[in-house]
This record gives sequence, C-alpha cells and structure tokens, in this order.
Amino acid sequence: MDMAVRSARVALVGNPNSGKTALFNALTGAHQKVANYAGVTVERKEGLIRSATGRTMSVLDLPGTYSLRARSPDEEVTRDAVLGRLAGEETPDVIVAVADATNLRLVLRLVLELKAVGRPMVLALNMYDIAQRQGLRIDLERLSAELGLPVMPTTATRKRGIDELIAAIEVAAGALSPSEENAWTAPDADALRGAAREAERIMKACVRPPERPDTLTGRIDSVLLHPVGGLLILGALLFVMFQAVFTWATPLMDGIEASLGALGGWVAAVMPDGIWQSLIVDGLISGVGSVLVFLPQILILFLFIIVLEDFGYMARAAFLMDRIMGGAGLHGRAFIPLLSSFACAIPGVMAARVIDSKRDRLTTIMVAPLMTCSARIPVYTLIIAAFIPNERVWGFASLQGLVMFGLYAAGIISALAVSFVIRKVFWRGAVEPFMMELPAYKTPDFKSVLFNLWIRARIFLERAGRIILPLMVIVWALATFPYPPEGATQPAIDYSFAGMIGHALEPIFAPIGFNWQMVIALVPGMAAREVAVAALGTVYAVADPESATSLLGATLAAQWSLATGLAFLAWYVFAPQCVATLGVVKRELNSWKWMWVMVIYMFSLAYLAAFVVYRVAVSLGGG
Amino acid sequence: MTDTLKLSHARKGDRGVIVRVGDHARTDEHGLELERRLLELGFVEGATVELLHEGLFGRDPIAMKVDDMRVALRRHEAASLTVRFEAARVAGAEFASEEVPA
Repeated sequence: MDMAVRSARVALVGNPNSGKTALFNALTGAHQKVANYAGVTVERKEGLIRSATGRTMSVLDLPGTYSLRARSPDEEVTRDAVLGRLAGEETPDVIVAVADATNLRLVLRLVLELKAVGRPMVLALNMYDIAQRQGLRIDLERLSAELGLPVMPTTATRKRGIDELIAAIEVAAGALSPSEENAWTAPDADALRGAAREAERIMKACVRPPERPDTLTGRIDSVLLHPVGGLLILGALLFVMFQAVFTWATPLMDGIEASLGALGGWVAAVMPDGIWQSLIVDGLISGVGSVLVFLPQILILFLFIIVLEDFGYMARAAFLMDRIMGGAGLHGRAFIPLLSSFACAIPGVMAARVIDSKRDRLTTIMVAPLMTCSARIPVYTLIIAAFIPNERVWGFASLQGLVMFGLYAAGIISALAVSFVIRKVFWRGAVEPFMMELPAYKTPDFKSVLFNLWIRARIFLERAGRIILPLMVIVWALATFPYPPEGATQPAIDYSFAGMIGHALEPIFAPIGFNWQMVIALVPGMAAREVAVAALGTVYAVADPESATSLLGATLAAQWSLATGLAFLAWYVFAPQCVATLGVVKRELNSWKWMWVMVIYMFSLAYLAAFVVYRVAVSLGGG
Repeated sequence: MTDTLKLSHARKGDRGVIVRVGDHARTDEHGLELERRLLELGFVEGATVELLHEGLFGRDPIAMKVDDMRVALRRHEAASLTVRFEAARVAGAEFASEEVPA
C-alpha cells in the first residue's frame, strides 16, 4: 500500500466521559459528517484533519467503551471498527487512545488491550489542564516508555496540544508496517486482572496523586445524590424543563406554522389550481411543516439534555431513577430516552442507544411511544375544549387541566405497566446489571453544546424528513384520489381512498363509538397524530381548522356524544398513530418483527381502552 | 479478625479494600460476565472502596468511590464483591459467612 496516494485512517477510542468527542471536534473542526454504519444505527462520525505538512487524514470518532469486549451495539461498532471487521470499513492505520488525564486507571487497561490489535497507537492525555490545576503530575516520558507509544497532552476544549497530536499521528501513520498481526482475543477474567495489575503498576510509576484533588464533585454529589433532596431537585429540574419545552417553544412553533402557511398561500396563489398545486401545498409543504413544527421543542429539550449530560448530571439522574424505574423492569438509563419521548418519540427511540443491554434497550423502545409526545397535544386540546366543561374542581384546579394531567399520567402508567409485562412474560424476570461511572462534574463548554445541538437537529430533520415526507405524499394521495364525482354533495375526502378505507373500517370502530368521519380522520392521522385535527376539519367541512379550532370543537361537540369524545381521547393515549416513529423503531431494532409487535400491542391497547371508556361512559349516561 | 463482608451489605460511609471479585457460587455465563464487567469498571482485588451514597428505596442503588473514580451499581451486583472493611465501621453488620482467601 502506498501511503502517499491514500489518506491515512485514524480511529479515536476511549472510555466514556474522556472528552473524546470534544477532541474529535477540535481535530476536525466543522469538517465532519454524521451518518450511520451499514446495517446498524450507531452514528458514524467521520472528519478530516490536515497536518502541518499538508497531508489529509480521515478520523473516525468511535463510541466510548471500557473494553473491546463489546456489550451494547455502540461498543460492538468500536470493537469491529478497531479490528477491521465492520462491513464497508477498512482497518484504521492509527489508533488514538483518548484518556481523561485525571482518571487514567481504566483507560490504561484499555490501552494495554488495544496494543494487542497491533496497530500504531498514540495516547492523547485529554483534559490535561484540569490535571495540572489539580496538581496531578504525570511523567510523560516514563509513561510513553512503559506503554511503548507516544503520549501527547491535550486540552480539547481550548484547542491546546492539537497540532502536536496531529504531528504525532502523522509520524505513527508513516511508521506503519502492514505486516503487524492482530493478536486480540476477548480477555477472560484472569487476563483482565493481569492487565489491571499492570495498569496499576504503570500508574504508580508515572503518576503522582493530585495535590489538590477534586473535592467539588463530592460536595455537589452530597446534595444531588441525597436520597430525598436529590429526588426533589430532579423533580424541580424536570418541572422547569417541561415548562421550557412547552412555553418557550410556543412562539417559535407558531412562527414556523405561520411562515409555512404563508408559503403555502403564496404557492397556491401563483400556481394554477390542480393536482400539482395540491401536491405541493397539501402534500409537501404541510409535510415539511409537520416535521419542522416540532423542532423548537426538540431543540429546547436537547439543550437541557446536552448541558446536563456535559455537566455530568445525567448519570446521577439515572442513579436516582434506577430503583423507581427498576420496579417496572426498566433500566435507570432508560430515563433519558423516555424523557425525550415527551417531546417526540423519534429522538427518544434513538437515545435508547445508550442502554448497553439488548433487552433493556428493546423494552425502552417498545414503551417510548406511550409517553405523551407533543403531537398528541393538539388532539387532546381540541377534544378537551369541546367536551370537558371549563370548571373549577375543589376550588382551585381546572377540570380541563386535570383531564390533560390524567392523559399524561395514563401514558406514563401504561408505559411502566407494559415494561413490567415485557419483563415478566418475555425475559422471565432476568435482571440486567446496572453499573455506570459517575463522571466528575465539569462546566459545559458553550461552543461544544451549540455544536452538539446543531448535530442533533440535523439528525432529527434527516431521519424524520426522510420518513415523513414520502408518507405525507402517500397520505395526501389517499385523501385526494379519486376525485369526487360531478355534483358531489359530501366533502371531497369522502369519495377518496381514505374515505373508502374509513367507510370499510367503520363497523370495526362502531363498538368503540367512532363514526365514519372519525375513522377517515385516522387514516391521514397515521402520518402524524396532529394531522387528525386537520383531517377532522376536512371531513366536517370546517374551513381552515387550524385557526378555527373552536369552531371545529363546537361542531364536534354537536355531532359526537361525550362517550365518543372520551373514547377518542383514550384511543389517542395508546394508538401508534405515527408511521415515522414506527419507521425509526424498525431501523433502530433492525427488525420488522418488533415493529409489528409494537403496532399490534398499541392498537390493541387503544381499542381496548376506547371500548372500556365508551361503554362505561354510555352506561353512566354519556351516550 | 478479618472483617470481610459482601459489598452489598455495606452502609453509607463504610470503607475497605476489595479482597475478591466474582462469586464462586455463580459460575454460569451470567456470573462470569458480571465478574468481567466489574473488573473492567475498576473493581479489582486490592482496590479501595468507599460507599458514598445510597438510593432512597431499599438503600439501592449505591454510589461507590473505587480508588479515585466514582461508580454506581445495584446491591444485586455488589453481592459479587467481597470487601475487607475498616473494623470500626462494621460492628453489628452482617458478615459474609464464606471463607475468603487472604
């Protein structure tokens, strides 16, 4: 292989919380692309670095791990990428082991394991500034001699030591002898003990303990991990977070809706009436809108999550929630994915990757869509306003607010119940271990928070857009064709395929109190839940239902019984009315089977809940 | 007197040194895998441990200081770790009944 004609490939490997991603960002700047590895949904982050001599090298940021003995899909990618076993990936020419300089013990063991792979390696001692501030002395020459590889101190967040690291990588890439054999095999317990002893010996020889150890982490933990106080703080934090997600996002969401509405109006004005205008306005623009409108909420939610994660709090939240969620058979780490699902199940399902056990990850993904996502809110608001009297109960609480709260609670309780059943029925009570590092607290870096937020937003738009856009076009076609006959008296949708499906399915939905108009609205509502509001407006021929929800509400209140309205709410707590989520679930689990399991269990629960609610309400006189 | 005790019986403030990782009663793949994962997270024989925090319900999970890093785990997993505690802290505590190699 001629090293001059192709660029060297570099892989970053390190423990979680070693600042690996910050180092990756410092090495590559904005020159990076995020995609997926073939066949798995682990994010593949690749970037380019240019050395002082003008040579370009590609860098791969691999998921953090403590060992090449992989457990989660993330860690499997790291192992396979390092070993060159990953489909479509070549073996890296140079491995850069990234270490938190203040926490070397575990990464030294990992470095000893990585040496068996037989690739040239460089050790980057990241967060070196923190080590210096603590008065931690590391004998770099001795460490380099003990490990037999170059050791470079770096401070990624301040871009210190980056040029020197790049130069060291370049030297290592040039020294490549392709005949080096990969001698790595999964270490057994004795090999791990031996490597840990060796790492300990190297530690003692090269590192002098800090003169001013970090006592702040311990002091913060005594507040944040206090058995009672810690939970109260977590609760308060969640309260602020929800307030922010739902109040700060509203003006932005209104702005997005208004500007897309204006765009649609403009297109409708300049384009001649007809099928193309309808496709662009009702299919594409409203399709883009139904994705974009959730972006403000998702960005605010992710802003909180990224800041808390970088600060080091998320591991503490998992600690505090582990027992509470464990009662239902969920892992403490499922907390973050389920939290994200309150904005939208799509980022929630994607966030489940942090869970290292396959079973816990599957359970979390299966229940994530039961969390009340923001797409349900327009539906809930419409039906509550139409059927629940605006009264005060017990002197202070609004009845409408209580119903809304009840719907949220129903989602949470059913998610816990379903995961409990999954654990008991499918896994027969097997308990996966919960153990995780509680990283030292660090001040989040403003620029890296913004950068990560930007990456999150891009991933969401790409994933959701790729699924939702084509679906919106399909749903548009179902609701548009065939055209109504001449002199038709009913709304056009009644004559379309969606209308035919609605009429055909009506007998199935009659026992739960749904009429054919509602069933028709459920068809476009499969694209995204809130689309059902617009669809109800169409079937009841209420012009511009978005701005006239009160008018639509009045129409519904006149046409539906109370029992029907409540049954519709119950349906929406459970029904998997979001094909985009199902698509993401299929991709994340790489399984059609589990996606169909989700579809069937959620529709069954929805039908059952709506049936019970309808029958009880009718028998109480609400029919 | 060797005050060895399973880590799962420890209470907040208890300090000691790990004398054995792994549970010889559990030689199935699950037990062996747990042993390897504990070793990878720094729970090795000779490491010093201190129980820093306990959860609210059933005092579970627990947050440990292991040498110079912090790790959270459930008492269920902590049962695979045998620790020689500082004598003063363990008065009245429940001792591990089995023999532990010194």
